[in-house]
Amino acid sequence: MIRSTVRFLDERSGGAPFLRKALRYVFPDHWSFLLGEVALYAFVVLVGTGIYLTLFFDPSTATTHYHGEYQPLHGLEMTHAYRSVVDISFKVKAGLLIRQTHHWAADVFVVAIVLHLLRIFFTGAFRKPRDLTYYLGLTMLALALLEGYLGYSLADDLLSGMGLAIGYSVLMSVPFVGANLAELVWGGPFPGTPAFWSRMYVAHVFLFPLLIATLLGAHLLLVAARHHTQFRGPRKTERKVVGVPTFPGQTPRSLGLMSAVTAVLFLLGGLVQINPIWLWGPYHVASGTNGAQPDWYLGWLIGALRLVPGFDVTIGHYTLVPNPFWGGALFPLVVFGFLWAFPWLERRFTGDHAFHNLLDRPRDAPWRTAIGAALFTWVALIFLAGSADRVFVTFFVSYGWQILFFRIAVWVVPVVVLLVTRRVCLELQASERVERERELAEEEARRAAAPEPVR
Amino acid sequence: MRALWRYLVAAVVLLLGRGRRPPRVERAERIVPAGEPSPRAELLVLALFGATAACAVAFVVVYAVESIPHQTQFLGLSLGLAFAFLAAALIVIASRLVVTEELEEDYPVPAHPAEQEALGQLVEESGDRMTRKRLLLVGGGAAGAALGAALVTPALSLGPAFEIAPFFRTPWRRGVRLVDEDGRPLHAHDVLEETFYTAYPEGADREQLGAPIVVVRLRPAELHLPAGRDGWAPHGIVAYSKICTHAGCAVALYRKPTFPTVEPRPALVCPCHYSTFDPARGAKVLFGPAGRPLPQLPLFVGPSGELRAAGNLSGPVGPAWWGVRNRRPS
Ligand code: FES
Repeated sequence: MIRSTVRFLDERSGGAPFLRKALRYVFPDHWSFLLGEVALYAFVVLVGTGIYLTLFFDPSTATTHYHGEYQPLHGLEMTHAYRSVVDISFKVKAGLLIRQTHHWAADVFVVAIVLHLLRIFFTGAFRKPRDLTYYLGLTMLALALLEGYLGYSLADDLLSGMGLAIGYSVLMSVPFVGANLAELVWGGPFPGTPAFWSRMYVAHVFLFPLLIATLLGAHLLLVAARHHTQFRGPRKTERKVVGVPTFPGQTPRSLGLMSAVTAVLFLLGGLVQINPIWLWGPYHVASGTNGAQPDWYLGWLIGALRLVPGFDVTIGHYTLVPNPFWGGALFPLVVFGFLWAFPWLERRFTGDHAFHNLLDRPRDAPWRTAIGAALFTWVALIFLAGSADRVFVTFFVSYGWQILFFRIAVWVVPVVVLLVTRRVCLELQASERVERERELAEEEARRAAAPEPVR
Repeated sequence: MRALWRYLVAAVVLLLGRGRRPPRVERAERIVPAGEPSPRAELLVLALFGATAACAVAFVVVYAVESIPHQTQFLGLSLGLAFAFLAAALIVIASRLVVTEELEEDYPVPAHPAEQEALGQLVEESGDRMTRKRLLLVGGGAAGAALGAALVTPALSLGPAFEIAPFFRTPWRRGVRLVDEDGRPLHAHDVLEETFYTAYPEGADREQLGAPIVVVRLRPAELHLPAGRDGWAPHGIVAYSKICTHAGCAVALYRKPTFPTVEPRPALVCPCHYSTFDPARGAKVLFGPAGRPLPQLPLFVGPSGELRAAGNLSGPVGPAWWGVRNRRPS
């Protein structure tokens, strides 16, 4: 059976030698190497559940009056887009399960990518020869954020409408060309023409998934072409990689992880409510609600939009930089731009152009670790500022004071983190050196104490 | 009965064993190192496979039987557990039923200088017949750029990209009645202090940024509207665009002083990033990221007490863009 299958395939594809090599491809073993895989499997679930949802979703802004399963919305005017999502949630059997699983998968997808990115950054895995792989990964992260935003905008509930209004304003705020771009994308001033919905739809279910899948393929090909990185260890050198082969060792592990990710996503999708759009109601230009929280991965942008003091940069009557540009466009561009530039910057400043297959521990590269920690702190603080209103509601800390605090903290704390992290790394290095010297000395002492071998 | 059983077994054996056996390849030494069998782990895996199947069946049952309550929850639970058991089975297989080998492999060579050289040479020599390379390159580049521009031009059909008039358009004109959500005209005596109202221009499309306004009543003595807005607020009733000048959300909150010592003034607040506008002072920004006040709608009271617009809004509505300060709305 096995042999005949192998023969069949080899005689038609000539792939046996390649396959044999692939099955014995070596995976170094470390838990943190699984983060990227988690993202991959979340993507698989996203595609699967997403295809199912397209069979029921109706991307149309034509309006209708609701008379379906869910009583509280009866008689309300809404778009077919919104109605079809309510129907997926109440009328389509298993529809709500798939919808919520899809939403959870999107959240987990982005978490996994971000954690994977942190791992890559702090271990220096982005260095030559894997910088190209890293760029592809970063690009996928950016695409994933946009894709998620598009996804929850499509439902046309109150929150998606508010999100779209903000997105529109951020695009409008781009100096010189913003209004023209927004007009182009929306087909006119907000809320735009009906065609805008088809555009979002085709972008969400076709263009972006295709782009992400293509980059994902290239990313994995590059990983395989250069093999995995590994931490320093016995027999593990810049020349030799040590680990478990694809088959039989890695395959059941990886499939197990895939099943586990799928299990968690379906459990979340079934048991933990997410984005109950029937509670938010349909969107109208004139409606808004307090306490609206977007998906977590947009929190950093909300925070940034909220922190910027109220001013537009103007020259006479010309508005050069409308306010949302700072938080909504410039801030993410700076963060991504810096991450993009980092491999090059590091090469520049350290003069290290060598190949690296061995990973650094964070302490081995104090500057990198410090800079990474500072950048992370910066983004995290701004993210936190985005939830200041929740803190106000929960703990009654004045919103105004919190904003003032964050406006200062986002500039001060990262610098402190930078210096402290670097110090800590250096201390760790030093204590390691001491330890090693002590061991050497002890070894020597033992040798000295041992009786001279008789000649 | 016995005989039947035997026939059955024989048939199965025959079916499974059909076909020619491939000639046995001479076995070289083992590739995957041998390991101890582990019947207990096998049993565990079997049990886990059983649990997976049971949960999967449960999923189908929950799907099929209408009367089961909390369908979404049970569907998620059964399917999730099915995958969880499968994951457990695979992990037991990985850790107990296949040998864990540690292989060593050489990293791929960092670079292939000879090949690189050959590639470069190949490309260079291919161009040997061309004498004016620079010129050709420039020509080719120009052709490519022009073609690229031509190919993206149809994208301009997506929308009017250079028309800015639509950004200034609002449905408000002198005499237009203010109506509430249900289309009923709003009367001056309907407008009470301590609360706020959303109103629309009668008969206009409400899903445009220029349409919705907020209406509040303040004590006339409190009003300090900017110069030139005398008579815009009959009986202390003021109206502003409901669309936040920061990022286009609806200004959906009205803060009436609950703590007079801390926040003495009423304010219109946008729930998106908490831009706060002072309705008594022409919706000046008190706090938050908005860069412009909310445009004000001048009002007058019609013959039967209804509120009407006395003109267009005082400025363009909604988020800022490069030309937002250029013109009055039309
Ligand atoms: S949209 Fe109103 S504060 Fe940002």
